[in-house]
Amino acid sequence: MLPTLRVENLNVNFTQRAAAIAAVRQVSLSVWPGECVGVVGESGSGKTQVFMAVMGLLAGNAAVDGSVRFGEEEILGLDRERLNSIRGSKLTMIFQDPMTSLTPHLKVGEQLAEVLVCHAGMSWSAARDAARRMLERVRVPEAQRRMNQYPHELSGGLRQRVMIGMSLLCDPALVVADEPTTALDVTVQAQIIELLRAVRAEVGMSLVLISHDLAVVAGLADRILVMYAGRVVESASAAGLFRQARHPYTAELLKCIPSLSGPRLERLPTLRGQPPRAGDELVGCAFAARCPRVAERCRVERPLLRDGGEGAAMACHYPLP
Amino acid sequence: MISSLVDDVLRRLRSNPGAMCALAVTLGIVALTLFGPWFNPNGSQALDWSHVASQPGLQNAHWFGTDRLGRDLFARTLEGARVSLAVGLVASSVSLLVGIAYGAIAGYIGGNTDHVMMRIIEILSGLPLIFFVIFLTVIFGRSVYLLFLSIGAVGWLTMARIVRGQTLSVRQKEFIEAAVASGAGTVRIIVKHVIPNVMGPVIVYATLTVPQIIMFESFLSFLGLGIQEPHASLGTLIAAGAGEMEAAPWILLVPGGLLAVLLLALNVFGDGLRDALDVKER
Amino acid sequence: MLRYFLTRLAGAVPTVFVIVTITFFLIRAAPGGPFDQEQTLPPEIMANLQSAYGLDQPIWTQYGRYLGALARGDFGPSFKYKDFSVTELIGQGFPVTLELGTLAMALALILGVPIGTFAALRHNSAADYLTMSVAVVGIAIPSFVVLPFLGLLFGIYLHWLPVAGWEPASIKHLLLPVAALALPPLSVIARLVRGSMLEVLRSNYIRTAVAKGLPRRTLLLRHALRPALLPVASYLPPAVASIMTGSLVVESIAGLPGIGRYMVQGALNRDYTLVLGMVIIYSTLLILMGLIVDLLYAWLDPRVRLQ
Repeated sequence: MLPTLRVENLNVNFTQRAAAIAAVRQVSLSVWPGECVGVVGESGSGKTQVFMAVMGLLAGNAAVDGSVRFGEEEILGLDRERLNSIRGSKLTMIFQDPMTSLTPHLKVGEQLAEVLVCHAGMSWSAARDAARRMLERVRVPEAQRRMNQYPHELSGGLRQRVMIGMSLLCDPALVVADEPTTALDVTVQAQIIELLRAVRAEVGMSLVLISHDLAVVAGLADRILVMYAGRVVESASAAGLFRQARHPYTAELLKCIPSLSGPRLERLPTLRGQPPRAGDELVGCAFAARCPRVAERCRVERPLLRDGGEGAAMACHYPLP
Repeated sequence: MISSLVDDVLRRLRSNPGAMCALAVTLGIVALTLFGPWFNPNGSQALDWSHVASQPGLQNAHWFGTDRLGRDLFARTLEGARVSLAVGLVASSVSLLVGIAYGAIAGYIGGNTDHVMMRIIEILSGLPLIFFVIFLTVIFGRSVYLLFLSIGAVGWLTMARIVRGQTLSVRQKEFIEAAVASGAGTVRIIVKHVIPNVMGPVIVYATLTVPQIIMFESFLSFLGLGIQEPHASLGTLIAAGAGEMEAAPWILLVPGGLLAVLLLALNVFGDGLRDALDVKER
Repeated sequence: MLRYFLTRLAGAVPTVFVIVTITFFLIRAAPGGPFDQEQTLPPEIMANLQSAYGLDQPIWTQYGRYLGALARGDFGPSFKYKDFSVTELIGQGFPVTLELGTLAMALALILGVPIGTFAALRHNSAADYLTMSVAVVGIAIPSFVVLPFLGLLFGIYLHWLPVAGWEPASIKHLLLPVAALALPPLSVIARLVRGSMLEVLRSNYIRTAVAKGLPRRTLLLRHALRPALLPVASYLPPAVASIMTGSLVVESIAGLPGIGRYMVQGALNRDYTLVLGMVIIYSTLLILMGLIVDLLYAWLDPRVRLQ
């Protein structure tokens, strides 16, 4: 079986004031058909940049190398026209901030319908019909009325539903959701996650869920990738990861999730220290400065991603058992 | 700290070749208007009947030629530029003072006062103010002082807006609160604390106001409402030249060219200064 | 929408009334009168003239009469052009001025917006720097310098176009004046659009539109253009004011029979009615422009509400 998306040795560098800043270093990952992959890391870990590179959305000062295969096709460096025939239809993305991610002066219906007009060659009236049905599918109440409203007339949760509906219009093979709940209220967050779960069961597409919050990913993902300082440091099945994290960084992240069943804590533990900045030149393990298990070797030799059994992998010299 | 800030701005300004070039051109023109007449025997009012509307050349040191009355164009253009620059500087200062006072008061007092004061500016800037200037000159007769005043009174609108915007952000700062807490009066706070902290953008817009005002003065003089014969400003010279365009194009080209270069240089320098000070519009 | 428009239009009447009143008394306060240059006239004839035009009446009566006539759409007789009423003078000249101004504004928009967009798309390239340098020239150099220069180049040296003069329905005679008049607002618009377009292209919703795989054309025209035009909309009233101002000199240089000359001449001659007529025309135009801008704003950004 062919993976829906296969990223190999991806590097993303930003040029800023004549200096190159590495945001993504040698990242490889696969997303299989129907699978939900969670990508977790602190802000600046490069998790979003990986998928910006996949979608061809990086800023003009970014340099990318490596390989991104979508199905059978290499899409990195593809010409704009061909790329445009893929993104928005078979490969779609949902963004973090639904408040600013919709065009303010266009009606919701038009923004949905144009995807179908553009990719499926539908007429505007047929596209509007299909768009309305999609709004109903993503549980937008009064879909017909919403079609004729502007984004600012909708609540944040509704706008995110519109974004999700927009990503599903052309039966995508892969949807990338970049922090889809971060900008929303807690109650709405749960609804959106629930919607994503339902939609996935219904449509059966692959889903990449990017989040800084392991708890958000926990309920949806089949497999979780943990990124740190531009690299994948651990990859494991969701169940395996929550049972026993192997990389100390993942273990620290897990400690930060408040648990309802666990003992009441006076203070929520937070990760001490700061992640390395994107421009820093790193020798050894990037996490060494914050790692409770650090040893001399960690500071001089960068651990490579290695097999941990049961389909898991981690980049650590001294992983947790 | 202030001096390092100034150093920083100057460094950025120096690394902008366009702005430095513009500055050199501006200073060159200023120097030319001040010292140029020393090197040329012809006066700006003297009539040379043997050389009427003669072409630029070396005869009788009419380097830029003469006009229809045989007056030396080099001398007249320099006089005109001197007048235009003087009007530009004086009227800019007027607009600067009015604009700073108005903007600082509106921004510092805020509330309804601010609302009304800004509304007035909004209305005024929507009107073609040239009409008011025309009225003023018509009613009070044509005089250079009135010209200074009326042009300056027109140029303060943008300045007031900018100072207000800056004041609004400065007002939130702790040192203003400290001054209020220590019992300083409103006027004192505005003069001592607000105005010094809004100077960056003010300098930039003052620089950009000068060419606008020179343009405005030339415009009025062109219409016959500004500087009167036998005196000259660049505007009157261009008006005279436009009438002789076919027979003696240099009468137009010399003052027109100088005005164009001067305005361009001032604008480019102002833009450069804005970039160096990193001032955001509005 | 229509109701809003009519309400606003009705609201403009008092504004025009205030402007008329101020102008009326301001120009009366000026020393001298409309017949000063005819001092050779014997006193009896002078008195006859004064009474024929109602100038012997108390000023409040004159003011009342003027407003009464105005309410009937009569601008009154011109004091200087004795055979004409102000309505006739403006009626003859206004179409020329309007044509000149409209063409200049249209040219400024039609060229300025694409040029600004082009520069934004080629941000920091040589083309960007070049267009923005030309824009600085356009902003810096006033139309009364540009027009004679253009006339010299295209009229006298190249003989392509007439330097001055006017013929009805002849675009050739309007080309240079329109170009000179359009250049400053064109440059400002190009700069404004470049700046706002750069900002819009960096916005989240454009990123969404790119991710949707929309073709570049759709992206620019449907998603980016309208928000990028917002600063242009707020620049329109000053642009119209600047074109009006510029047309005063451009008409005189190019010898166009518009109404520009009446403003300065009318004021200098104390041609009271003519000046008032001009002020009414210009202020009405500007108020109308403000109204159009409000509607434009509501169209460009639906978050703006009309009330």
